[in-house]
Formats: sequence, C-alpha cells, structure tokens
Amino acid sequence: MTDPLLLVAYVLVLPGFLFLFAYSMVFEFLDRRIVARMQNRVGPPFFQPFADLVKTLGKEVIDPQGVDRPVFDAVPLVGLAAVTTAFLYVPVIGASPLAFQGDLVLVLYLLTLPTLALFLLGWLSRNIYAAIGGIRAVTMLFIYEVPFFLALMMPALMAGTWSVSGIMAWQQEHLWFALLQPIAFVIALIGLQAKLERTPFDIPEAETELVAGPWTELTGRRLALMHLANQSAAVVGSALIAAVFLGGPSLPWTIAPPVFGAAAGFLLFLAKTLAVLLVLATVRGATARFRLDQMNVIGWKYITTAALAQAAIVLVMNAWWGGP
Amino acid sequence: MTRVVVPIGPQHPALKEPLNFRVIADGERIVELELNLSYSHRGIEKAAEQRDFIRALPLIERVCGICSHSHSTVFSMGIEEIMGVEVPPRAQYIRTVIAELERMHSHMLWLGVAAHEVGFNTLFMWTWRDREAVLDTLEELSGNRIHYNMNEIGGVRVDLSPPQVDAALARIPVLEERMRAYVAMLEDEETMLARFRGVGTLSREDALRYGAVGPTGRGSGVDYDVRRDDPYLVYDEIPWNVVTDTDGDVYGRTKVRIGEIKESLGIVRYCLEHLPDGPIRVAAPKAAPPGEIYSRYEAPRGEVAHFIRTNGTDRVERVDIRTPTLANWTSVVYSLVGRPLADIPVIVAAIDPCLSCTSRITVLNRGEDARGETSPYTGQAGWFP
Repeated sequence: MTDPLLLVAYVLVLPGFLFLFAYSMVFEFLDRRIVARMQNRVGPPFFQPFADLVKTLGKEVIDPQGVDRPVFDAVPLVGLAAVTTAFLYVPVIGASPLAFQGDLVLVLYLLTLPTLALFLLGWLSRNIYAAIGGIRAVTMLFIYEVPFFLALMMPALMAGTWSVSGIMAWQQEHLWFALLQPIAFVIALIGLQAKLERTPFDIPEAETELVAGPWTELTGRRLALMHLANQSAAVVGSALIAAVFLGGPSLPWTIAPPVFGAAAGFLLFLAKTLAVLLVLATVRGATARFRLDQMNVIGWKYITTAALAQAAIVLVMNAWWGGP
Repeated sequence: MTRVVVPIGPQHPALKEPLNFRVIADGERIVELELNLSYSHRGIEKAAEQRDFIRALPLIERVCGICSHSHSTVFSMGIEEIMGVEVPPRAQYIRTVIAELERMHSHMLWLGVAAHEVGFNTLFMWTWRDREAVLDTLEELSGNRIHYNMNEIGGVRVDLSPPQVDAALARIPVLEERMRAYVAMLEDEETMLARFRGVGTLSREDALRYGAVGPTGRGSGVDYDVRRDDPYLVYDEIPWNVVTDTDGDVYGRTKVRIGEIKESLGIVRYCLEHLPDGPIRVAAPKAAPPGEIYSRYEAPRGEVAHFIRTNGTDRVERVDIRTPTLANWTSVVYSLVGRPLADIPVIVAAIDPCLSCTSRITVLNRGEDARGETSPYTGQAGWFP
C-alpha cells in the first residue's frame, strides 16, 4: 500500500475513522441489545446509537458556572483523537500499513488517554459528583493498568516483536496466544472491561452513588464526543485483544486474489471483535458493581499476581524453546 | 484528602423519593451525616380528620404507594374495634390474602431496587418482571394494581369468585420456582455478595436500641413480628413462621425478605384454599363512639401504627400515623458512619425506605428561629442524630 491515495482512504474511510465510528455504533447497539435480552428486555432498535449521537450533537451545550470553557471543550476531542489514532495501528483487513516496532506500546498509551480525559472532565466540572468520579477513574487506572499492560505485553515477549501486526503474524505461523497464554487473555479481557468502565467496574460513573460521575456536567456535543470516544475505545480495545490473542484478521493460508484475502480478513475481524464483545456484554449483564476498595484488593492481590505469574511462565517457555 | 460535603438528594438517582443527606466524607469514607427527612409533607393526617370514615379510607390508603393495604387495614381495624364491629371471617381471610400479596410485591420490588443500587440491573429487571405476576393477581382480585381499595369499615368491598381463586392459586407454584432461583442467585453471585455481606451491619443490641422494626430488625436477630406477637386478622389461625436472620447486614435483610416472600406464598395458598363461606361485610354504624386506639399492623417494611381518637362523630378527631421507615432511619444513619461513599445507596435501600409516607412534619422559617441544630459544616438546619 504505497499509493498515498490508498493510504488516505485507509486512514479516513475503510478501516479508518468512518468505519470506526460506524462500527462503534453497531458495537454499542449489539452491546445494549445483548444485555437487554439477558435482562428480559427488548433493547434499542438498530439505529438508536446513531440517533442518540445526532441528537446529543445538536443539543445545547451548557457551561457549568466557573468552568474553564476552552479546556472543557477540548478534552473530549483529545480523548476521541487518541482513540481514533490508536485504531490506525490495529490490524483490521490484514496487517496495518502503518505498523512499526513499538506500536503496541503506542496503542496502549493512546487507550489510556480517554480515562485521563474523564479525570480532567471531572476535575474541571466544578461539581462534587464529577470530581469524586474523576478521582475514582484515575484511582482505577492505577489498579487495572498494570495487569492490563503486563497481559498485553506477554505476547510481545513471546513473539519477539513490539508491533501488533508482528504479533499477529507470529500467531499465523504458530498458535493463538489465547491458547498459549490463557491467563494473560483473561486478564486482558478484565482490564478492557475496567478500562471501558463497564459493570462490575463502572465505579467512576456509578449512577446510584455519583449520578453520572465525570459525565455529570457533560452536555451537547461534549457528551456526544466523549460517548463516541468511549464506544470507539470499546472497538479498539476489542480489536487489540482480537489481534494480540485471537490471531486477528489473518488466515493461516493465503487466498489467491488479494481482494478476497482482505475480505476474509475483514470478516474474521468482525467475528473476533464481536466474540470479545459478547464476553464483555455477558459480564456486564451478570455482575454487580464492585466498590473501589474491593476493586483495589482484587486488582492488586489477585489480578496483578496472576499477570506476574503469567510473565514467569512466558519467560520459562521462552528459555525452554529458545525464544528471542 | 480534605473533607468534602457530598449532597445526596433531594433529587438524586439513588433515591426514589425526596430526602436530603449531607454526607461529610474524608475521601471515600463517611465521617458524618446530616439527615433532612421531611420534604413531602402532605398534611394527610389533617385531611383525614375532615372526612368521614368512608371518605377517609381511600385517603389513608394513599399514605403509601406500596403498603396501601397496610394503612387502610390498620385504620379500619382501629375504627372497627372502637365501634365494636365484628368483621366476618371471609372478609378477614380476603384481607389477609391481599396483605400477603402486598408483602410479596413489596419485597420483590425491594430486591430489585437493592440490586439496582449495587449496579446489578439484571436482577432488578428479573424481579420486577416476576413481581408483575403478583400485581396481575392483585388486579384480578381487586381491580387495581396498587391501590386495591379492598377495605371498608366492617369488611371488604368485593368478594372473590372461585375462578379468581383458582387463577391466583395457579400463579403460586411459578412464583415459588422463581424464589428458588433467587435464593440460588443470592448464594452464588459473588459480586452481589461482596456488596451485601458485612455492609450496613447492625447488631441485635443496636437494632433494639435504635428501635429497628420489620425485616431490618429481624435481619439483626430481633425476633419480633406484630403478626405473631399481637395477632390480628387470621394470623393466629394459619400456619406460618417468622423469618429471622442473625447476619445483621444487608445480606441478612435480603435473606429475611426472600424468606418472607416464601412464607407469604404459603399464607396466600392456605387462605385461598381455606376461604370460609359467609358474608364479606357487616353494616357498620356511620359514627364511632368516643374512644382511643393504638392500632398495629406488620406492613412489609415493619410495624406500622395508627393512633386513632374518635369523638362520637363520623370522623376521627385525631389520627397519628407512625410508619416503619421512621423507626428504621436512625439505624441507617448509625450504620453509615465509617463506611465508604459507595455503600450509601445500598445501606439506605436496605431498610426499604418509604420517605413520603414518613413525612409527618414540615419546618418553616428555617434560619433565625430554626428548630434543631445548625450544621457545623454547611450552616444549614437539620436533624443530626
């Protein structure tokens, strides 16, 4: 993909921004629908997330008294920009054309930005619920981020590459990391659930305690953009886990015309991200919300320990098979 | 972290009714609570004094949107006792059936609310779906889902026909099956247990000291139930058990409520199967002789009491309503101090508060001659336990 026009199309249209936003709405629809069916409800119609986006984009923007307006406006944009940038390095229809050594680290850090944006929003809102929610969001970040990063770096350690596309290529030749490193896979799923602030980890926006946490004072396009950023982060996170642990959009054999190969890869991408979504949605429907102190105990005592154990196992495996 | 004042209410997603806490928190931990209870004084006692008994009953029924039958029954039982009217057995059985169906739907509603407070919305949706079966039964029997308006002074308003009884009996096995599922869920669902166990702990001594009633008291091992200890209607004739638990936390109260739903199912089945024949009401006199009565009743939330004074007319001279929520409030404030902020909704919900029913006073002219104390933190008047 050396043609600059193709690259622009890649970034902006197909597996790029437009696709990301459209797919994130499908994602949200399916997420809400699955949970609704679990709860014996009908759930929203297909176009509901899109209708919500359009509606909230057009709504009046209300400034809380004494808020720093330019920053308050900018923060959701930063969050959204970070997530969409991260998506460029995740394989969608085969290896990403922008891949480089270290893009895994870049994607992980870009995915951290929406959480920091939420903290900033909470802090800037001049509202006690938002402030407490923001502090909770950042406290949670310190709890889940360590095991999440550890879990996602284990495949890199074994594959000997720091590129998401490289890890995917390694799995093409060997075996899915979900089978090789099941502990890391589970931890990554838990970490993603916490990162997206979904039950049982929706502590920062606990509705019955903090109204909407950092989201409380968000209105109009700020709310719409932040919501879009959150939903896009769900897609990017699922795509990352699908690429790193489930082989991503790659087949172990090559299909003759590259177009069909790309189409097969794209379908695999959809199937695998939706499989991740199914797990996340089921967990959301089947659990109650933890308290922050309980989350602290669970995160540091059990999940981080498990991640370290997985690291030890990977190092032993590497030494055994003469890995990198 | 410095101390922050977190206002909870009067409008807040955790509260279904107006109530105001000012939580003084040190980070996530509650150090002090200021409680302001009275936001929806409706003057219902005064309004009841201005209506004759026939018109007062529907009004009294509207003290509470959930325990509507409780209030109308405790009021009519009091008036009947002053009048010396003997209610026919069939009417007593029908009143008991409605009372226990009401307890069932109230406890199922509570289970859903408690689950929602800890973010477990699936259980919330499920219990409210199953509660519809109880509400359907009530609608079939009385014509209404919530305000049944079954009571009259001297009996009940409508009789139960055999098909109605059969339809109600047919729903009981389904509900029993659902209750078994909830018990299994309570034992297995770790995230919910983590939020219920050891939260809002109230020892037996504290429950007695703060006068906790109903499932709140019984969940702390206080073996007290008006239905057994001061029997009314037909509770001394039918087989049933008082459910108690010694855990003393939200989990204990949950177990008590689920146990009570099972007991209620048994009571309803027994009453419907042993429904005596005969009239459903007797003609009561219009006026009541002068007298005073303290009428008690075990509502779903605990003991509800009406003090009634009559003066020989067809109206009450005074009716004073004490709802169980008022008795349970102090225990909530006590068990909240020292807990994390996140426990507020579930501990408050654990007593099944019914705030608008509790509101018996209103404070005007807050400020210079405000009654009560002034908060050291917010400078506002309120009640500080």
